[in-house]
Parts: sequence; C-alpha cells; structure tokens
Amino acid sequence: MRLRLLILVIILAVVLYPLVWMVGTSLKSPQEIVSNIGLIPREFTPGNFAEGWSKFDVSFGRFFLNSALVSLLTVAGNTISCLLAAYALGRLRFRLRGVWFAVMIGTLLLPGHVLIIPQYILFRSLGWVGGDWPYLPLLVPAFLATEAFFVFLIVQFMRGIPRELDEAAVIDGASPYGIFRHVVLPLSRPALVTTAIFSFIWTWNDFFRQLVFLSELKDYTAPVALTLFIDSTSESAVGPMFAMSLLSLIPVFLFFVAFQRLLVEGINTSGLKG
Amino acid sequence: MTASTVFAEPVAPAAPRPGRRVRRRRENLAGYVFLSPWLLGLLGITAVPMLISLYLSFTDYSPLISLGDAEWVGLDNYRRMFTADQSYWHSVTVTITFALVAVPLKLAAALGVAMLLNRTMRGISVFRGLFYLPSLLGGSVALAIVWVSMFNRDGAFNSFLALFGIEGLPWVSDPDWALYTLILLAIWQFGAPMVIFLAGLKQVPVELYEAASVDGASAWRKFVHITLPMLSPVIFFNLVLETINGFQGFTSAFVLSNGTGGPVDSTLMYTLNLYIKGFSELEMGYASAMAWVFLIVIGAITVVLFTTGRFWVHYSDNEER
Repeated sequence: MRLRLLILVIILAVVLYPLVWMVGTSLKSPQEIVSNIGLIPREFTPGNFAEGWSKFDVSFGRFFLNSALVSLLTVAGNTISCLLAAYALGRLRFRLRGVWFAVMIGTLLLPGHVLIIPQYILFRSLGWVGGDWPYLPLLVPAFLATEAFFVFLIVQFMRGIPRELDEAAVIDGASPYGIFRHVVLPLSRPALVTTAIFSFIWTWNDFFRQLVFLSELKDYTAPVALTLFIDSTSESAVGPMFAMSLLSLIPVFLFFVAFQRLLVEGINTSGLKG
Repeated sequence: MTASTVFAEPVAPAAPRPGRRVRRRRENLAGYVFLSPWLLGLLGITAVPMLISLYLSFTDYSPLISLGDAEWVGLDNYRRMFTADQSYWHSVTVTITFALVAVPLKLAAALGVAMLLNRTMRGISVFRGLFYLPSLLGGSVALAIVWVSMFNRDGAFNSFLALFGIEGLPWVSDPDWALYTLILLAIWQFGAPMVIFLAGLKQVPVELYEAASVDGASAWRKFVHITLPMLSPVIFFNLVLETINGFQGFTSAFVLSNGTGGPVDSTLMYTLNLYIKGFSELEMGYASAMAWVFLIVIGAITVVLFTTGRFWVHYSDNEER
C-alpha cells in the first residue's frame, strides 16, 4: 500500500511538473529563464504579465474578452440547440426518427477538419468571414446543434427519465411542448450543466476553427493571439509568452476546480452508458 | 425541412381512437419542430458543405475566384496526391507514426495508473482529479507553447538531463525527435481514458479475483485472464476514441512548427498539411481531395476496429452493450 502510494506520488509529480514549471517561468526575468533551472524564481518578475498584456497592437484584455464572448455564446448555442434535438430524438415518436438518430450517430465520428474548407467558402460568400460579425462562422454551427456529442450525451441522459412521467402528463392533457417544459427540461438539468461546462472548455481551448475563421487582429481570440508570440522569436519574449499562456489557462483551471466531480462523471456517463 | 410533407401523409391506420390519432399527429409535428435547428445544421453546416467539398476535390479552385469558376480537372488531384506529391506521403507517415506510438502508450499509461488508483484509499478523488487535469489543458495552444519551450535546447528537460551529466539535444528542432515530443504531450493527457478505465475497473466483480486467488493464480495471470477480458469493452471504447483523435492532431504540431510542419516536415500531421494546402497555398481543390481521402481512411479504420473488436471484446450478459 505504501509502495503504491509512493509510485502514484512520483507519477503525479512528473505529470504536474510542466504546469508548475510554467507558473515559475512566467515569473522569471529573461536572464533567469536561461540561467536558473529551478522551479522557483530567485527574483519574482511580475513585469512579464504587463509586458505580455500590451505586447501587440491590440491588448490581451481584448483577446480574452473575445474568447469569453465566443465561448459563452457557444455554450448558450450548444445547450439550447442540442437540448431541443435530444428531446426530439430521445423522447418523441415521429416519422423517420430512427433514420435521423442514425445520421446523428454517424456525424459523431465525422472529423471537423473535413468540412472546414467548404464551410470557409460558404461562410465567406455570406460575408461572415472578417465581416461586422466575425464570430458568426464559430457561433452559427453551435446554435444548429452540430456538436453531435452533446446531442448524444443529452439523449442518453433523457432515456433515464421515467416514461411514466410523460404518460401521467399526457393524461393531464399536456402536449409534447408542455412535457418538454414541465417534465423533461427540469429533470435534464445535470446533462445540461455537463454540456455547458464541456462546451465552454472545448471552445475556450479550440484553435483550429478560430485560426481559420478569424482574420483581423482585433477579432482574435486568446489561442490565436498566443501564436503571435511564436512569430517573435526573441529570447526576451519567453517570459511574457508564458505569462499570457498561463492567464489563458486560468478559466479552464477554475472550471476544473469548481466542477471536478461533474467533469469526471461527465466522461463516464457519456462514455460508458452508451 | 420535411415537416409539412410528413405531416400531410396519412396517419397509420392502427390508431384505434381519434384522440390518439390526433395526439400522434401532434407528436409527429412536435418532433420535427424540436429537431428543426439540428436538421438545418445537418443540411447547411454538414451535408451541403460535404457535397461542395466532394465537387471541389475534382477541381482546381482557389478562394480568390467564385465557386462556379472552379476548373474541372477530373481525378488529377487524387492522382497528384498518390503519385506525385512527396510531402503528402510524408504527412501520411508522420500521422500514422504519431497514432501508432501515442495511442498504445497513452492507453497503457491510463490503464496502469487506473489500476494503481483502483483501491479504496483516502484522497483517491484528489489523485484522480489531478491526473485528469492535463486532459483538460493539454489540447490548448498555451500548453503546446509550454511543451515546446520545455524541450528546447535550453529547456527544462535538458536541464534535468544535465543533472545526470547527459548533454541533451534541441529536441523540438531535431527532425528525428520533434514528433516524439508531440507524442509525449499526447501521452501526458492520459487522464481522460484513465477515468474511463477506473470506472470500468469498479465494475469487475471482486469474486472473480477471490476465486482466482483460491486457485493460486499470480497477479499477472489475474491481469491477463480477468482484468483484460472484463475491461475489453472499455479498452475498445478508449481505443476507438483515441485513435480517431490521434489522427486529427493539429494544435501541438502547428505550435511546434509555427504552422509549417517542420523541422524538415517531421511534424507535418495530416490535418496540418491540409490546412497549409488549403489556407496558405490556397489550393482548396487539392485540399478538399485530401479531406475526402482522410474521411474515407478514418471511416475505414473505424470499421476495421469494430470488425476486429468482435474477436477480442467480451460483453457480459447483464450489460446493454
């Protein structure tokens, strides 16, 4: 038992090392980044944060705001649209339901990279890329329930809600809309919370779509803006780069701290009970 | 989309009472009302773009011209991909290497740590959570930046090696090693499959191990004859998920190479190559052909995994699937 614990602690130290090293480095001066290999800076240099914040023509505050805007709206879009689709596919009987369900499962494994080029062409012809509403290409798909994973997750959850509740509501004269509002919606809250949290984290971390669809500096989200640091290769940029990288991970980290249990159980319910 | 036509169709004659018939019709309509955003997305965001992409794959098209002016070139893009484009095959090799090395090692790490954690002891949920943390952070640009710096010539990894008197390499700028730093980053994120393994391990009946102990089975035999078969559905699930994810690695390769796939194309993952062809070189016809081949290969791999899965995945009777 002791040995087991010791092994676990060693593995954990190795796993967490990069994160701790990141925090340490973000507080080191350029000289110290090269000379001091330890985790803790000899001299704390919070200046990296100020320097990184205003490193580019647009401040990082704006990039973080952009990221927050995109992420929160995506959360709203995913939660609402996937809930509606899941209610239809999971609880209602209608023509071709089986076919649509199969199609939804099919899109689960569809790699997003395959569609990016035609989507780009389509959105650009609609004037959505680099237009007045630069985030439409990122948000519209979310409001149209294209993230099949969440539809699936909510369907699976709804299947666990007893049918008798629907039947009782029908006897009381409830329509499918009434059942949705008064029975299924309130009882689906745990699945919706899981959807919201995962969709926030995934969107906040997402890079590929944001890289493709955002063309102007002022519209950049945090991940796209971080790549600007890679372009500037000078040694002195490492501290600010680490400082901004660290800041960009904080929202996800806070979500992790607040919802750890839910996140861990979320992958279990979606993964195993399928 | 088809709500009106479906609604107009005659209702199934089996319905005995008119009240019931009306209710079914209402439910049918409601189904399509609730499904409509998804149907719209399926059509506009998925199906139509897929068809556009298929069409483009037979054309020479740059986004500077309108879609109608795309020049039809037949199978030229596919021919070029399979016979003339060296970098294409290179990216295929890089991607397969990445998936073949990263996925088994990641799953092995996940299973190993899950088994270490599968004991009732205090603080287990803290361990579980902390091991899971890299899975949440690891896919980000920020973490890729940290990772690349860590394996630089004067990065933390070489400082660590120096403690043992070993002189390290500039791992991320060495074509022989760059991809392996990305593989390591993928393995580092073993927490998500670990959590799933852990849940699976909890389902294995303790009686099986007890019976095996009575028969004098060694720990290794118990692992091979009880743990692995009982866990095979979960192993299968993780294998499918991680393989499909592994083939789509993009962010870390982009960050390491600053979007070029370098050094010397050694991190030219398939999706990165697709991005470069489509959005840097603006050869969207060719990139669409690449995307379709990718889709077909991913589909084929999934089918192969499911087919071979029949031979080694055991489902116990009381489970749904």
